[in-house]
Amino acid sequence: MTNLLDTYADVAGQDVINHLRQLARPLRGMKVIHVNSTRVGGGVAEILTKLVPLMRDLEIDASWEVITGNEDFFQCTKNMHNALQGDHVRISEHLFNVYEQVNRENAQHLRPRLEEADFVFIHDPQPALLLQNCPQRRGKWIWRCHIDASHPYRPVWKYLQQFVSSYDASIFSLAGFAKSLPHPQYIIPPSIDPLSEKNMDLPAEEVGAVYDEFRLDPQRPLLLQVSRFDRFKDPLGVIQAFRIVKKFVPDQQLVLAGGGASDDPEGEAVLREVMEAAAADPDIHILLLPPDAHRKINALQRAADIILQKSIKEGFGLTVTEAMWKGKPVIGGDTGGICLQVINFNTGFLVSTPEGAALRIRYLLRHPEKIIEMGGKAREFVRDNFLLTRHLREYLTLILGLHYGAGDRIDLS
Amino acid sequence: MTESTVQPSPDGNHGDFVIRDCALIAIATGNRAMTLKELRDALKTIDEGSIYYHFWGGLLQPRFEEREYSNDFAAWAWRHLHDADLAERLAVIDPVEFDTLEALRGELLEIIEERLEEKEYLPWQQATAPFELTRSQIVVFDTHKRAATPEELVLLLPHISSSSIFYHFIDARRRLPHRGNDFSFWLAGFDGRYQELCNRLNAIDPYFGSLTDLKKELNGLFQEYFREVAR
Repeated sequence: MTNLLDTYADVAGQDVINHLRQLARPLRGMKVIHVNSTRVGGGVAEILTKLVPLMRDLEIDASWEVITGNEDFFQCTKNMHNALQGDHVRISEHLFNVYEQVNRENAQHLRPRLEEADFVFIHDPQPALLLQNCPQRRGKWIWRCHIDASHPYRPVWKYLQQFVSSYDASIFSLAGFAKSLPHPQYIIPPSIDPLSEKNMDLPAEEVGAVYDEFRLDPQRPLLLQVSRFDRFKDPLGVIQAFRIVKKFVPDQQLVLAGGGASDDPEGEAVLREVMEAAAADPDIHILLLPPDAHRKINALQRAADIILQKSIKEGFGLTVTEAMWKGKPVIGGDTGGICLQVINFNTGFLVSTPEGAALRIRYLLRHPEKIIEMGGKAREFVRDNFLLTRHLREYLTLILGLHYGAGDRIDLS
Repeated sequence: MTESTVQPSPDGNHGDFVIRDCALIAIATGNRAMTLKELRDALKTIDEGSIYYHFWGGLLQPRFEEREYSNDFAAWAWRHLHDADLAERLAVIDPVEFDTLEALRGELLEIIEERLEEKEYLPWQQATAPFELTRSQIVVFDTHKRAATPEELVLLLPHISSSSIFYHFIDARRRLPHRGNDFSFWLAGFDGRYQELCNRLNAIDPYFGSLTDLKKELNGLFQEYFREVAR
């Protein structure tokens, strides 16, 4: 019978799958639990949806728990998220109390399983206090920070640091995000799932259908940015870049596609500003797509000529990885994990300003052969480095590292 | 004692070549340098595992294969210090030429010291992004593939992973004397019969290409050698 792991061999290569099986052999039967705060939506849930079954295919006893919380809890953790990314957000005593209380409540029912697990991966700040609430824990606990915490707002980081310091290890997406913590800080970039609806190959008709659906012209160049309506993603900067280019290439079209902003009050304000900025231009399309519109986003990315991700602050930028996997060059903000993916003149361009983005858009539109060449390189770069199988390999390596000691060399042969 | 990939056979004859594989994971050291002087100071004391990682880790970690500069120090000098002279001098360092990581560290320091003396502003010039000193942890495991003879090894080579190549050809330099590789080390046990093949293997410079390139080169070299012998 074909298991899930085998289905990845076609995309990642049989060698990669064999490698995973060998690496996982000493870990068979071990209990590994991942904990986060949402089952659907967001990059963490997407990764865990596949990572956990893949671990199970490797005969690791892996499972995934989701904590629950109230509105104040999520307001607090949203503020924490922004503060870790550098926003000067003050969090009230009340919200901190709710945060601690919700973690205590979740620990009540999760404690037996967490305390007997061999490895517990706690994703992001939301469930970070579970460790303090599991005093009889016997395994290793790892805090996985998916956020760019390189320049956090100090008071919020100081608060969190007192809790995450007790972990056995932490994981950051880039070395630059690592903090001063008294335990090993592993560097593991995130990944995309090439077989998910968001990234799988689509029939040409399905890709073509987005032109009609969103009233786009298939004969004209299409630029696309997929992201939440968030200041860190700089959608207004993208519109500004588009306007600059339009003087030279009048027939281009821009799509800014993102999710609704119901759980994000700040997002609503940004969306309003973006709508206002785009109002006068029929070639700027603002698409509000539901959180499960994965195939639609996939089709849009495949239909686009150039993908933008002009963030001014970014954790890793999985939308960049997704675009590159579809063979598109990316013009990305020179920040965070985008720098690890976008290699100037090879897989796209790194830019710091709307003017820089405009310059590179003009260059690519003028040299369509470069769009194809860079897109091809981008796809292979992702295949080698940013697929889920690489991510899984690094989790296994980390587990082995923690299990067999902290030395530079662990010889299991 | 030098760790060997050769498994002794019970009859005391030459052992099998044991194909091993490895996985590498990066660990932040918490050490960052924002200026060349800070980098120089950090390099003096940093664990040699970091030196290893910044020269060789790129082969097993997410990096673009067609890199402008072949080690992280040179790339940082170019991209974040905007010092082309220094970047070029650092990029030309071939770690293959150094018997030990300490010797490699010495060369790095020498080049950086020289540059710091050349330009008065360099000791305090801020880079646009810090150099993040990183080390790595390597996990080595047995693939349960074995070659009893060099001819068997030729058949296995196309099917082993790039990380296996890393282990046997690059990581071996840390384990074997005289910057050796596991293939030559094993072949040398055949009473000189494969000396020519060993010489060819030892002549490969693994540094300025990707693991994919290295694997192709090794495959080609083994196949070519045995074709010649068969003629």
